[in-house]
Amino acid sequence: MSVDALEEDQKSVNLPTGYWTYTVDNLKWKKQLTAVPEPVDLLSYSLSLSLMCLSSPQQLVGVVGLEVHAQINSNTKLFSSSPARFSAPPNSLVSFFDASLPGTLPVLNKQCVEAAVMTGLALNCTINKKSLFDRKHYFYADLPAGYQITQQRRPIAVDGVLSYSLLGGKTRNQVIRKRVHIKQIQLEQDSGKSLHDDARSQTLIDLNRAGVGLMELVMEPDMSCGEEAAAAVRELQLILQALGTCQGNMSEGQLRVDANVSVHRPGEPLGVRTEVKNINSARYLARAIDYEIQRQIEVLQNGGTVHNETRAYDSKSGETIPMRDKEGLQDYRFMPEPNLPPLIVYEDDASLPTGIDACQTVVVQKIKEALPELPGVKRDRLVQTYGILPEHSFTLLNEDGLVEYFEALLKATKKEPRKVIGWVTNDLLGHLKRHDMSVSQSPISAAALAELLELQEAGRISSSVAKQVFQDMWRSPGKTAPQIIQEQDLGLVSDAEHLCSACRASLQVHAIKNGNTKVLNKLMGLVKKATKGRADPVMVRAILQEKISR
Amino acid sequence: MSVFSFTISRTCPGVSQKIARPSLKLLTGDGLPATDRRKCCLQSSSTTPRRLFSSPPHNPKVPQVPTWEPVPEDQLPPPTQVPADLVDKLERLALVDFRTKQGLDCLEKAIRFADQLHVVDTTEVEPMDSVLEDRALYLRNDAVMEGDCAEKLLQLSKNTVEEYFVAPPGNIPLPKREERTAILKHSEF
Repeated sequence: MSVDALEEDQKSVNLPTGYWTYTVDNLKWKKQLTAVPEPVDLLSYSLSLSLMCLSSPQQLVGVVGLEVHAQINSNTKLFSSSPARFSAPPNSLVSFFDASLPGTLPVLNKQCVEAAVMTGLALNCTINKKSLFDRKHYFYADLPAGYQITQQRRPIAVDGVLSYSLLGGKTRNQVIRKRVHIKQIQLEQDSGKSLHDDARSQTLIDLNRAGVGLMELVMEPDMSCGEEAAAAVRELQLILQALGTCQGNMSEGQLRVDANVSVHRPGEPLGVRTEVKNINSARYLARAIDYEIQRQIEVLQNGGTVHNETRAYDSKSGETIPMRDKEGLQDYRFMPEPNLPPLIVYEDDASLPTGIDACQTVVVQKIKEALPELPGVKRDRLVQTYGILPEHSFTLLNEDGLVEYFEALLKATKKEPRKVIGWVTNDLLGHLKRHDMSVSQSPISAAALAELLELQEAGRISSSVAKQVFQDMWRSPGKTAPQIIQEQDLGLVSDAEHLCSACRASLQVHAIKNGNTKVLNKLMGLVKKATKGRADPVMVRAILQEKISR
Repeated sequence: MSVFSFTISRTCPGVSQKIARPSLKLLTGDGLPATDRRKCCLQSSSTTPRRLFSSPPHNPKVPQVPTWEPVPEDQLPPPTQVPADLVDKLERLALVDFRTKQGLDCLEKAIRFADQLHVVDTTEVEPMDSVLEDRALYLRNDAVMEGDCAEKLLQLSKNTVEEYFVAPPGNIPLPKREERTAILKHSEF
């Protein structure tokens, strides 16, 4: 059967990577954002965008809450010991329990519990020492049991805060700090995947994902526009990746976001909300939310009413469209999961009951001690330690491995961090992005770049030559900066005789009036050209001045 | 009839087999308030550690043999009539057809049977989720032990394509109310 005939369902759409660039370069993102294919009303679109984040009392403003499903990074599934892995032959990662064969029972994965506790701690949540599992019923072919095991009544973590920052201001270099409250984090099972074969009117089911552990994070409606939501999700993604509790790759569905959107006038009760699903990247998240806010404002301004419905985001048209949903409220028939006693976690070793098996316990204190440096803390540290600009700290954090590269570079060079940062965020990152490479794939190691920077710092090469050598090092990996400089004879020329003759030559080319210092810069340019950029500018200036004034 | 005395057997490691709860007052008639019974069962489980899969010692308050005592009709709330719209909704949720007269009768009888629970006095009794709720939840190490049995599983399916299970397309619209009435009429006997 042809794969083209298949259409992946909304939970499993694949998109190319690299759409996170917008926080790296907000201007670029804004460009993409406003470049909506429809020429219809770009003006009102960007107008509404600027209005959304500013709240004036009479204006309708957007209110955004998010539900994020994060796949737990574990070897095995939440309740069965079959592998939890992306991309494998269909149904090869399925146990009898995952296929809901009669007589099978759930056995909870300790790793998943620890991941949820760790994530909860990183988001300043209260960890419920006793949490409960529930069944949520719905009938769909990729959920073979007919119910999902989740935590509805008493989730593992509640009442947290996610701090995130936006780059704002005219030049997008002002850091605006924001907070969004985390209502709860619950452990639950993922569903399988459906492939719809419309031509043959059938659905193909792959249960590889069925039963993989998820953390559902419910955020309070504390955001007001797409940009805020996207920034919050980006920060969450960085936190999850720093913790290692979720790989956070949106294109592989490891991080899935649904947005609850409504509009109201500030001070008034919240409006009727819609749920926007089918969002597969941060860029689309921002666009979908801003589109939906604008749509609801228009509906209300035209005297209509907003309906409580589920809408899907169509990335091609940039619109949200109503999903064909069951009429009336969905009844999930929640009930306590009878096969799982309550989940107990312990505060510290002192609170462990006597005689309990240590490998059977999850101790919050131990997980707290193992928390790594979180992105927000790391950014502040970089700014304080190295005196770099806050926006540079965002750029460094946004690229996996770039902070480590930057710090390794600083260790190996005496150059000031503020001078080094440009090499990393402009030259290196620019080259990496152009070639769609990660930091770990860089042909220029931190040590090699440090060697180049040292040569420049010591005055052996000029800054323009340094850039040229960097290009050559990129093109021929393995070659060191001194090698390239020697091969191409690029060392800074400080030999007075050599420079004198170059200056003389340029004087001949360019006839000048005595004492006319305005042409000095032009002459310096000519000398630079004649010496292939290797002339020491200070010496050239001195020689020329001497010759001119003579 | 032994609806309320149940046996639980678990193959799951670490959760011991234990029948902790006595049956309901209505059926046992032992006169003990439910709270007292609960207390004693909690005590027994917390003070006497038991080996895995061992049978608990017999609780004298639990009858050895299932007993049955019908509740007089006048103690029950009025019988529930299931309106057609609710049948529609139930069918939608459960994706089960019972839109025949027989099916409706069966549903109403089941509700009537459950009505007997209304007689049980549950004041000040904290509800339990499961008879295992005072047991420790076993935690498994994150090591792969299962999976890789696609062939075995696919054999169980009536319909497969390559290595996929085949299901009918989702969200099939259910018959409209008129169609349903027609079917109901048809089924009368």
